[in-house]
Amino acid sequence: MSILAWTWIIVGITFALYIGIAIWSRASSTGDFYVAEKSVHPIANGMATGADWMSAASFISMAGLISFLGRDGSMYLMGWTGGYVLLAMLLAPYLRKYGKFTVPQFIGDRYYSNAARVTALLCAIFVSFTYVAGQMRGVGVVFSRFLNVEINTGVIIGMALVFFYATMGGMKGITYTQVAQYCVLIVAYMIPAIFISILLTGNPIPQLGYGSAVTSNGAQLLNDSSAQGRYLLDVLDGLHQDLGFAAYTAGQRPVIDVFFITFALMVGTAGLPHVIIRFFTVPKIRDARASAGWALLFIAILYTTAPAVAAFARTNFIKTVHNIAYADAPSWIKNWEQTGLIAWTDKNGDGIMQYSKGTAFQGGKPNKAKDNVDTSNPNEIYVDNDIMVLANPEIAKLPNWVVALVAAGGLAAALSTAAGLLLVISSAISHDLFKGVLFPRLTEKQELLWARIAAGFAVCIAGLFGIYPPGFVAQVVAFAFGLAAASFFPAIIMGVFNKKANKEGAITGMLVGIIFTAGYIIYYRFINPAANNPAGWWFGISPEGIGTVGMLLNFASMWVVGKFTPEPPVEVQELVESLRYPAERVDGVIKPTPPPSAAH
Amino acid sequence: MERNEKLQAYWKENLRYISILLAIWFSVSYLAGILFADHLDSLKIGGFRLGFWFANQGSEVVFVVLIFVYVSLMNRLDRKYDVHED
Repeated sequence: MSILAWTWIIVGITFALYIGIAIWSRASSTGDFYVAEKSVHPIANGMATGADWMSAASFISMAGLISFLGRDGSMYLMGWTGGYVLLAMLLAPYLRKYGKFTVPQFIGDRYYSNAARVTALLCAIFVSFTYVAGQMRGVGVVFSRFLNVEINTGVIIGMALVFFYATMGGMKGITYTQVAQYCVLIVAYMIPAIFISILLTGNPIPQLGYGSAVTSNGAQLLNDSSAQGRYLLDVLDGLHQDLGFAAYTAGQRPVIDVFFITFALMVGTAGLPHVIIRFFTVPKIRDARASAGWALLFIAILYTTAPAVAAFARTNFIKTVHNIAYADAPSWIKNWEQTGLIAWTDKNGDGIMQYSKGTAFQGGKPNKAKDNVDTSNPNEIYVDNDIMVLANPEIAKLPNWVVALVAAGGLAAALSTAAGLLLVISSAISHDLFKGVLFPRLTEKQELLWARIAAGFAVCIAGLFGIYPPGFVAQVVAFAFGLAAASFFPAIIMGVFNKKANKEGAITGMLVGIIFTAGYIIYYRFINPAANNPAGWWFGISPEGIGTVGMLLNFASMWVVGKFTPEPPVEVQELVESLRYPAERVDGVIKPTPPPSAAH
Repeated sequence: MERNEKLQAYWKENLRYISILLAIWFSVSYLAGILFADHLDSLKIGGFRLGFWFANQGSEVVFVVLIFVYVSLMNRLDRKYDVHED
């Protein structure tokens, strides 16, 4: 059967599965809609968090990104996992004890202020929209590459599906579809990785395989008998140096920048509302802690495989492309040339593909070889990061159904993340803005209706972003972490760990953090892009890493302003105290959490 | 012990666990994987240079272990101070 037929079948089956789950898990109350009635098992929640967290970018782009960055790519691996340790120890259990529905609601109650709640809900909507736009685009891109459908048609199919299960099932529907999506995406990621690891090193565990020696089969696949018996990473380092790149396993970015970017990503992860909110859905406080562990375990399966895929794909790519006559090029090169993800120009007219350092073409038009002017360096190959995962099965000559599985996995990753983000947007509007601030007298039934309308509305806007991507979206997604780190994280941490943190400090902190961070990013990205290089940055910190500084400024201004303004009311201090203990007993009977609304 | 003192002691022990575990969290990622990665790279385990391995995989593996250690420490602490649920 052809790749196309397999892809339609597998994508069709997974979509039918998601719809089935949505019908089975309809939401009947606001508690159901926002937090799945707090009845999700911690392991199921771990899987759902994994799918929620791992976006189209993690699935499709990350391995490719790492294979081009070498060791510096580790900042994404560490940065996008380390935040779960912070979540488990500093945030999840206390927010679960608080026991309400949204992050802005916590901020509003803890800082006894609707202004704080509105600031937080605006931050939540802003961060979530920047993030969701990339996901809808990702759905469209997967459809167009694997199913020969227009990108826009793909976006609309994805929108229709998310619309269906997000408005119908709310958090409950999203949670159980995410569990299914996690299973699809992890299988789709692991199968090609395991095959390639066996082919090159004979080790079926890719995580260990890329630290092993190349077998005789592997050497044959690489067309290089000298590679046999040498460690794969040593072979790759050697290839890199021969082509004029720095060694694959060596770092190149300034250490301070790697440090700050990693920190911003970690803290940003812990501050992203769509991740935090997942820990509101488990029955108990100890489940919230355990659930963070399960989530990270499920995420780490993919995140420890990604660098292996990166190293395998990089070695394989250089060996099957560099110094090979175009006429003898493997079929995957010609297949993917049509998508514009790889392109070749014969600069020296010898009919042989030469790959080396530098960009092969000037300008960024989609059809690289035809529409762009060659650069003067000897590199003749343009290659897109994404090809490392997308073309992997073909490079390793795996059966057609594996290729189809990768398409289904990419869609699962994009849809699950989009759904989680849309729920945050919808709950921020219906629960925090409408019920919380504007119309406190909404009945539960009306609020549920508004939640569904808001979710539907958000899906449509996200879809529009997918169809007409504003040029800046792709760049801004990476900054969502810095913005989350600089705004939410300090307010939540201090809200739990410092009883005296007050509303004046929190609001100032959030504003200072987000304005500083956004300002730095906007300056280097849009106002003065010429200075956007290590020499032009403050202390060598790139816009990607500046969220860490924004976070420090947030903490500092919170502390200073807090010193000169009145401390929080006693009820609020009692609320904070109560968050710290999973259950307090008075004469053997568990004491209920004081109602935080009394603090207003 | 009076109830209030007991709760204070529970919180203190929790903070102690958190500081120790976060110190490890910081060491494996920021120290081993970033600041001292080049020095550790002179050691090799199998085909991995050590600093590269910490940055690529080692820190993620340790992160998972740290969370489960915290979970089991806290489950015990909750019982010890009688603040466990159910």
